[in-house]
Amino acid sequence: MDRLAAGLARDLDGSFEGLVLAHQDRLYTLALRFLGNPSDAEEAAQDAFVRAYRALASYGPDRIRDLQLKAWLATIVLNVCRNRVRRRQATVVPLDQPETAGTGTPADKLESTDLRSIPHDTALRREGVTMWARLIAELPERYRSPILLRHVDGLSYEEMAHALDRPEGTLKAQVHRGLALLRTAAERARVLEPEEMTA
Amino acid sequence: MTTTHRTPITVADVEAALETLRVPAPETLAPATLVAVGLADEYTTLDSPIGPVYAAWNGRGVSAIASAGDAAAFESWFRREIGRQLRPAAKVPTRLARALARRIAGDRHARLEVDLRGRTEFEQAVLRKALEIPRGEVRPYSWIASEIGRPKAVRAVGSALAHNPVPLVMPCHRVVRADGMIGQYSLGGPQNKRAVLSSEGLDPEAMEELARAGIRYIGSDTTRIYCLPSCRNARRVTDRHKVLLPSIAAGRARGYRGCKVCRPDAAIAAA
Repeated sequence: MDRLAAGLARDLDGSFEGLVLAHQDRLYTLALRFLGNPSDAEEAAQDAFVRAYRALASYGPDRIRDLQLKAWLATIVLNVCRNRVRRRQATVVPLDQPETAGTGTPADKLESTDLRSIPHDTALRREGVTMWARLIAELPERYRSPILLRHVDGLSYEEMAHALDRPEGTLKAQVHRGLALLRTAAERARVLEPEEMTA
Repeated sequence: MTTTHRTPITVADVEAALETLRVPAPETLAPATLVAVGLADEYTTLDSPIGPVYAAWNGRGVSAIASAGDAAAFESWFRREIGRQLRPAAKVPTRLARALARRIAGDRHARLEVDLRGRTEFEQAVLRKALEIPRGEVRPYSWIASEIGRPKAVRAVGSALAHNPVPLVMPCHRVVRADGMIGQYSLGGPQNKRAVLSSEGLDPEAMEELARAGIRYIGSDTTRIYCLPSCRNARRVTDRHKVLLPSIAAGRARGYRGCKVCRPDAAIAAA
């Protein structure tokens, strides 16, 4: 049993700040990589915590103690993100239509640069992150959520099955397929040096 | 697209790249979240009829209004009395700012959530009832007691109003003594209560003068209705038809009935 969950069950108001501090980085990261922009992500992460608080306030102590907090919070933040996307009707560019990805993106700028001539500095690494973040945001949602939970958030397949309510087998297949799509997309962008990716 | 030779990207490369996408949350996230759920508060200063006041709020509503010497004094008062974290607001939400300004100017219809956690059901009922008193009018403590169905709890009403965490927003200044005298005020004493009531169009001196003369109600010999002195219906009665009454009994003796707006009989039922 989770000590944090036990604390929340005993004293929600006294323990909630601990929950926020323990999970804010991962919820913010999930929201940022799902939505693709920082101010939306901060709002979504806050919204997720507020929903979590209200849910906890309505749950009995036993139910709170039995919560798998990591998976539960991931479910909430991803739901918030999906709702926001639906609301603003964002036009997410699918990976299978790369020609609509537009010009002038950071990846395109990188493409015109000879990476071998640039020192391995943080600015360059940032651009690598920007490109990967864009590729993730452009993944179809059924691959994006499993990829984010597995490889950005680091959840186990068991936790992911809880968070996304999909069978583990399905999730393994979606992660596998998602990684392959990302690899292809990155190849197509043609911008990566191996040491950049492993940095 | 250029096709210069590059080492092929592997799935392991992708997995490693994904791990670099973790970022720390902005420093503003945790504090803003705690405010949103009501576990911490923000504050600002506002103009009011008695000069600048401090106003604190969280996601559940306005939590405190106080006049304090300076920000440090307000913060320490808040932490002691309310017991939550407090910080100056970087920006006051537009809707909140507008609603606060209207309520402080006496507009009881401005929609504004208030956070009355820590107040008993009774105290909350007293404050909500006070909000039903129109701007520019006053009601006795006993009137509140009777209206909320606790006619004997007049002292408790006074105590609930004295501990009003959000004066001006919940207008405890519109509740006065049954004898028509102005009574106490938690936000800096009776002189402030006078100032706030004056700003709302009531004449506290005239009201107390009437009270000293033993006048408790104002009747009309045309409508044959008696009112509390500050009731808008009482103020419409022309001097020619105005009947000054020392008691409800005096009104009833003339065959008058109580006004249905200010409900003066509620006050006497409790007193």
